[in-house]
Amino acid sequence: MHTLDLYPVPASNLSLMKIAQSWSGIHGKICYDAAVLASTSVRSLLAHSMPVSVPPQSAPPISRRSMMPAIPKPAMQAVEAQLKGLLLRGLEGDETAYRAFLDALSTRLRAYIRKRLFHLHDEVEDIVQETLLAVHNARHTYRADQPLTAWLYAIARYKLMDFLRVRSRHDAFNEPLEDHHELFASVDEEQSSAKRDVGVLLEQLPDKQRLPIQHVKLEGLSVAQTAQLTGLSESAVKIGIHRGLKSLAAKIRLLT
Amino acid sequence: MKTDAFISLLSAGIKPIDRHLQRKVFTRAIVLGGAGSLLLMLMLFGVRADIHLMLMTPLFWLKMALPLVLAATSLLLLTRASRPGVAIGSYWLAPALPVLVLWLAALVILLATPQMERYPLIMGVTWKQCPFNIALLSIPACVALVWAVRQLAPTRLRTAGLLTGLLASSLATMAYCLHCPEMGVPFWALWYVLGMLIPAALGWLLGPLLLRW
Repeated sequence: MHTLDLYPVPASNLSLMKIAQSWSGIHGKICYDAAVLASTSVRSLLAHSMPVSVPPQSAPPISRRSMMPAIPKPAMQAVEAQLKGLLLRGLEGDETAYRAFLDALSTRLRAYIRKRLFHLHDEVEDIVQETLLAVHNARHTYRADQPLTAWLYAIARYKLMDFLRVRSRHDAFNEPLEDHHELFASVDEEQSSAKRDVGVLLEQLPDKQRLPIQHVKLEGLSVAQTAQLTGLSESAVKIGIHRGLKSLAAKIRLLT
Repeated sequence: MKTDAFISLLSAGIKPIDRHLQRKVFTRAIVLGGAGSLLLMLMLFGVRADIHLMLMTPLFWLKMALPLVLAATSLLLLTRASRPGVAIGSYWLAPALPVLVLWLAALVILLATPQMERYPLIMGVTWKQCPFNIALLSIPACVALVWAVRQLAPTRLRTAGLLTGLLASSLATMAYCLHCPEMGVPFWALWYVLGMLIPAALGWLLGPLLLRW
């Protein structure tokens, strides 16, 4: 995960080599490190890079970071198939499968986001949580005939761009030739602590939304039990959960 | 809250989702929004006096066909734009082609008309109000459709906003056709299309504001 930080080559050389690689046509993908690229004009980088011998395709740290997926395509297709199976069962109401889906997704999201926002390291976990919430709130728009990566990637990208737009850090994330399989490219299980506490935000919701979420989602009561306890109807409990999680997303947006 | 705990919260007590939600939501919005636009037309303008005659006139049905086709095609595109990761690409041709056909027909008709009579054919008698009336009648349909799209998950907000405006104004134009006395194809080709583009442009501008989630 921390290959970039540990890698001894200075940042400018790193991008030189990346340019040389993509120039020579070995890899078509453009590197993400826009901040480094922006400081020097591409033309001059290219002029300097031409005489430098092109590093072999197997140059490890660079290709691991952004040139090549960390795991090969067939493996990613296996990930796609596995996650898709879990999600589809989750959409039918299978809680265990859905949990496994969100767990697996969170490790990949974390790796994906951490690679791209290494200058905002302490906000990675916030964005992971925000994206998980977005995936959850949008889960009814997924259709089984659609590639799961494309669907997830569109949501992750939307949330990331939204986050960066609010901070006017539009420049920090450019992915012109990115393949959405990149989303599944690597795993990062090391949770950092979230800066914002979703629990505190949940407490600010109106009772009609807060109580159903608290009883059903946190205490594990059934919808019927919650209805009895709160005096709400069963459909009001379900609607309260649904609306509550949507307004939670709205609250997070207002904060960032 | 730790991410682990948050995942537990999200997955706890989930119920099977409604697979037909998108269809239901759009049906409801089109029926209610369309009815709203129709009602507004009846209140503000009223149905044209010779409507009995019109119902038997093929040209009247051709006039209706334009907004109908645009409504159908923009709905198709909007259902795609409301779901993450579904490309639109060449589907843009679907609403563009009928407009091109209309423009071509208008051009042919104008060329076949003596020069002196062309101007009234384009301007009709109501050109000053027509585009604004269509935009005004779109408001109820726009409100209903924005509500619908907000139930889904658009990730290209400007595109979704533009298509919402286009669908709403197509519905409004169908309602307006029951009032509007203009029967010149060149008139429709200019003023109707302009009227439909006003809400579409507003949708493009306001999409990021109204549809963000």
